[in-house]
Amino acid sequence: MSATPLLELRGIDKSFGPVQVLRDVAFAAYPGEVTALVGDNGAGKSTLVKCISGIHPTDAGQFVFDGRPVSINNPRDASGLGIEVVYQDLALCDNLDIVQNMFLGREKRSGIILDEPTMEQMAAETLAGLSVRTVKSLRQHVSSLSGGQRQTVAIAKAVLWNSKLVILDEPTAALGVAQTAQVLELVRRLADNGLAVVLISHNMNDVFAVSDRIAALYLGQMVAQVKTTDITHAQVVELITAGRTGGIGLATEPANGDNDTPADSTAGGLA
Amino acid sequence: MSTTVVQQEGPAAVTPSPTVGSHVRDYLRRVRGGDLGALPAVLGLVTLCLIFSIARPTFLTAGNFANLFTQGAAVTLIAMGLVFVLLLGEIDLSAGFASGVCAAVLANVVTVLGYPWYVAVLAAVVTGVVIGTILGFLVAKVGIPSFVVTLAAFLALQGVVLLLMEEGRNISVRDPVLVAIANRNLPPALGWALFALAVAGFAAVQLARYRKRAARGLVNDPLVVVLVRIGVLALVLGLAVYVLNLERSRSVLIASLKGVPIVVPIIAVLLVFWTFVLKRTSYGRHIYAVGGNREAARRAGINVDRIRISVFVICSTMAAIGGIVAASRANSVDPNTGGSNVLLYAVGAAVIGGTSLFGGKGRVLDAVLGGAVVAVIENGMGLLNSSSGEKYVFTGVILLAAATVDALSRRRAAATGNR
Repeated sequence: MSATPLLELRGIDKSFGPVQVLRDVAFAAYPGEVTALVGDNGAGKSTLVKCISGIHPTDAGQFVFDGRPVSINNPRDASGLGIEVVYQDLALCDNLDIVQNMFLGREKRSGIILDEPTMEQMAAETLAGLSVRTVKSLRQHVSSLSGGQRQTVAIAKAVLWNSKLVILDEPTAALGVAQTAQVLELVRRLADNGLAVVLISHNMNDVFAVSDRIAALYLGQMVAQVKTTDITHAQVVELITAGRTGGIGLATEPANGDNDTPADSTAGGLA
Repeated sequence: MSTTVVQQEGPAAVTPSPTVGSHVRDYLRRVRGGDLGALPAVLGLVTLCLIFSIARPTFLTAGNFANLFTQGAAVTLIAMGLVFVLLLGEIDLSAGFASGVCAAVLANVVTVLGYPWYVAVLAAVVTGVVIGTILGFLVAKVGIPSFVVTLAAFLALQGVVLLLMEEGRNISVRDPVLVAIANRNLPPALGWALFALAVAGFAAVQLARYRKRAARGLVNDPLVVVLVRIGVLALVLGLAVYVLNLERSRSVLIASLKGVPIVVPIIAVLLVFWTFVLKRTSYGRHIYAVGGNREAARRAGINVDRIRISVFVICSTMAAIGGIVAASRANSVDPNTGGSNVLLYAVGAAVIGGTSLFGGKGRVLDAVLGGAVVAVIENGMGLLNSSSGEKYVFTGVILLAAATVDALSRRRAAATGNR
């Protein structure tokens, strides 16, 4: 277990008008580990990710990155820190090839001319570093790739920039069995390469297959953040659906704290 | 799950270096997969030329060959600008009358106000930039569909031409420089010099690219393919220059008529320039990205609105240049300059050349190839003494055929995962 988290959030609040979406959320992502972020629809997973990536400003709370307090006000701040998000709908251009997609918006140039050889080389090295061997040519259009390959390109695009924290929003949602295994292997490899990885998923099998920690959101509150080995499949499901399970999660009675649950114990009010 | 990092070679190393055979097979596979490229336009061009030259042997004369260039120049130039708009999946229906307005400005400045030709050209081009900026702003910032904006502009600009022409007057353009653009030829020696320059430049770029990629150990086209490419260009250009340098005057004693028409190098320079912009700059890359997936482009940090405005500016500016050439060719500007079928011919040229109406796919070269097809139809049917009615019907059918090829190849490409 790594001693210090790469990214730590404390007391994050976020409201959209009268609706409070995130309530005093604490969250940590450790380098070299996959942290699974789980929660039901509307629990606030996407909002939390958008706060981390700078798309939504937070109402209150602290960001600590690499030991120093930081403020993330826009996507540029986030990518400046080395935070990259791989969105569910991939954000790849079908009519461009793999290299062009990986460098989109951040093309390497010499003068005003695009430096294609350098970009192609860097793309090749990045994919090789991730042990990706499923793509035939770096110059094939993304449209000719399978879902898994596209996800691979999107992930490679995120790690190309020496990023430190990669957030994956349901990377396996639309994939078949073999491709899911492929992508999960890649996710695991990212963490093994020393990156902090946050994996958002609805699929418990995926979560238990690759994650080191599980963070569960329930109605905008972080009800548990535990090591994957300390919790069972059924308990996670209970956390997602009810916000508590046994001694973990929201407490109506005093919690016997065997974990670092930062949940607001007064806000629950659940039977 | 533990560390399962197996040492693997990178994908670039895995892909075997292509041979000539694999290159050809790859091309055939792409064509079957719906990525037709310039194939329909080239095949269409060859077929049409064969038909017309059998039906009317005059079609194949050097004089008629030179005519083709001056006839098709204005439409080709407008089509080159339209390619940029089409790449975003937008349309500019006002490009024809934009060229008319710019030509009217040119004629007014040079003939009515009596300024030198370069002031008139500048005024026409600036007019194009202004029109494009307004259109782009309305589309990108206000959010009106480009179809509606440019349809309104189509009507309004037609009115502007009439106003500038004071209700139907015809303004002649007599400035020798302006008239020369579409009516004079280069001296044969200069034609050959430009030919040598073009081939040498193309060869230098191709070989430099080959060596650079080879030096880095990247996947490269086989050298033979590169050399064939250079050879084909030299052959086609050389043949064209040779034919254009033949004497085409009926009576040499009165006036000699030979050489490459001046519009040809103008089109060539613009073709090279815009191709460079599209393929070798990040601005061009961003145009393709916005055309392919606007949301992805936005997330990649590309200023989508700026790209959208800029393509309309390019389109209207190229329309201005087309208008100047049209004014030069007719020696005058009248309220119908840039009107009637000019726009449809230009859109047709871009689409026939292989630019997709759905956005994200197209090249500036498409406009030139398609422009050639349109010019050949116009010219050939003229030689056959076809009526205007027959010409319109035939051109309409060709445009529809090109759009059909576009739609079907797109469907096929989607099925085979090529696009």
